[in-house]
Amino acid sequence: MTPVAQRAERPADPPGAPPADAPPADVQEPPAHPDAVRATAHIRAAHNGRVTTLPRLRGDGPFHLRRVRTRGNSATVGIIGAMSAPLGGDRLALDIIAEEGAELEVTTAAATLALRGPTTAAATYDVRLTAGEHAHLRWLPQPLISAAGSNLRQTCTVELAATARLVLREEQLLGRAGEEPGHLVSRILVRRAGRTLLDQQAAYGHPEPGWDGPAVLDGHRAVGQLLLVGPELAVHRDPVLLGEGSRDGCAVLAPLAGGPALLATAVAPTSSTLRTLLDTAHAHALPR
Amino acid sequence: MSRAALLLLADGRFPAGGHAHSGGVEAAVARRAVHDTASLEAFCRGRLHTTGLTTAGLSAAAAAGHDALLLDDAADARTPAPALRAVSRRLGRQMTRAARATFPSAALERLAAHRPQGAHQPVVLGLTARAAGLTPVDAAHAAAYESAGGPATAAVRLLSLDPLDASRVLARLGVETDRVATAAADAAARVAAEGVDALPSASSPLLDITGEQHAAWTVRLFAS
Repeated sequence: MTPVAQRAERPADPPGAPPADAPPADVQEPPAHPDAVRATAHIRAAHNGRVTTLPRLRGDGPFHLRRVRTRGNSATVGIIGAMSAPLGGDRLALDIIAEEGAELEVTTAAATLALRGPTTAAATYDVRLTAGEHAHLRWLPQPLISAAGSNLRQTCTVELAATARLVLREEQLLGRAGEEPGHLVSRILVRRAGRTLLDQQAAYGHPEPGWDGPAVLDGHRAVGQLLLVGPELAVHRDPVLLGEGSRDGCAVLAPLAGGPALLATAVAPTSSTLRTLLDTAHAHALPR
Repeated sequence: MSRAALLLLADGRFPAGGHAHSGGVEAAVARRAVHDTASLEAFCRGRLHTTGLTTAGLSAAAAAGHDALLLDDAADARTPAPALRAVSRRLGRQMTRAARATFPSAALERLAAHRPQGAHQPVVLGLTARAAGLTPVDAAHAAAYESAGGPATAAVRLLSLDPLDASRVLARLGVETDRVATAAADAAARVAAEGVDALPSASSPLLDITGEQHAAWTVRLFAS
């Protein structure tokens, strides 16, 4: 990522002049300090009957968007971090939509590093994913790193039509090498055809009680989930256990209750062992 | 309200099946993550603030009279591990039997008719508390207390721990248990305006993973 200095070149929106397509009122609190960034990037994919097009690709603040390649019916967008973010007080959001029949993959070029900003106020990072009928959306960002002293509230809100397909991976690394993590609260809320499929909040780092103890992370510093949703998963599946008894982390892949979906949950000592567990879970999830 | 009714619901001798479950501590003992009083306290604290907060919120909302079927779906969405969903429904079925004998209600019968495999235990607990004339925060207290009390009691058997030490763990967690119950009841009070999304969904990755591992064991002392 480019240095923090770039922050000054793209200041927060001036007071009283919200951007044309401002986020909903509930996230539109004023920035906590003058250097805080408020930014919402938009990606919208549509299907024109032949291929997936990107009628809206609008970066903002730290999010620079790149069309990576278009392969077959699918479009791929890379998000490139253009400044150090999120810092304390920042309000960041990503709005990603795959309309009916579109096939969209969104990745990030580098890990997202939550750092302590000029204040200890929480930063917010809200990802909204929407997939219409017969759309296929893959959200595969690089890990989020909760650095010492940072304070981040992250949400991921997913709205899926009944025939939409989703692949979602979230990885969280608690602290850079050898440091204590910051404070990270992360909620994922997934709705499919109007019904809530998954609602989970995780909270790690000081001052959360018990977060590092034997009931929650037990010393692991990498935690992640892989969620797969799609009509083809509406078959009975037994849970798959990975890494039981291993010192390199463990995972479970199992069906959710409210619809055709499989969720892998993994904890591991490092980001690479975590990725291996999630990749292995993904391979087990693919129809055979 | 009847204070004695709350004591009865929270009593480990109330025949609702809880004694057969370790709340995940059997798996933690097996991998030596829980081995003494200090590690037991850390385990109970983590469970209280994750599963405990979430179940306390569901119980409080059920005790407040919110739609029990919606709350049962909300419990499903907050319980991604199939083994833990099955345990919660089995305990719900057992608590329904105990509730019929103690604090029967039409609301509980309606829920039981719609969920013949058993409704989620915290929802049944909340309806039972309501039938007993208890408040949402009372129901949250019972759920929060059980979330730490279950593992503490199981650890006495698993580790041959001194029961005095296990009781000291619960006493030390008392203030935190009260805070969790209050936070859960506060969230339940927002359900009318915000829907069930207002309820806590605090989760623990290890309890989900080891809950599934434990269910696959062939020999175990506790059912979960």
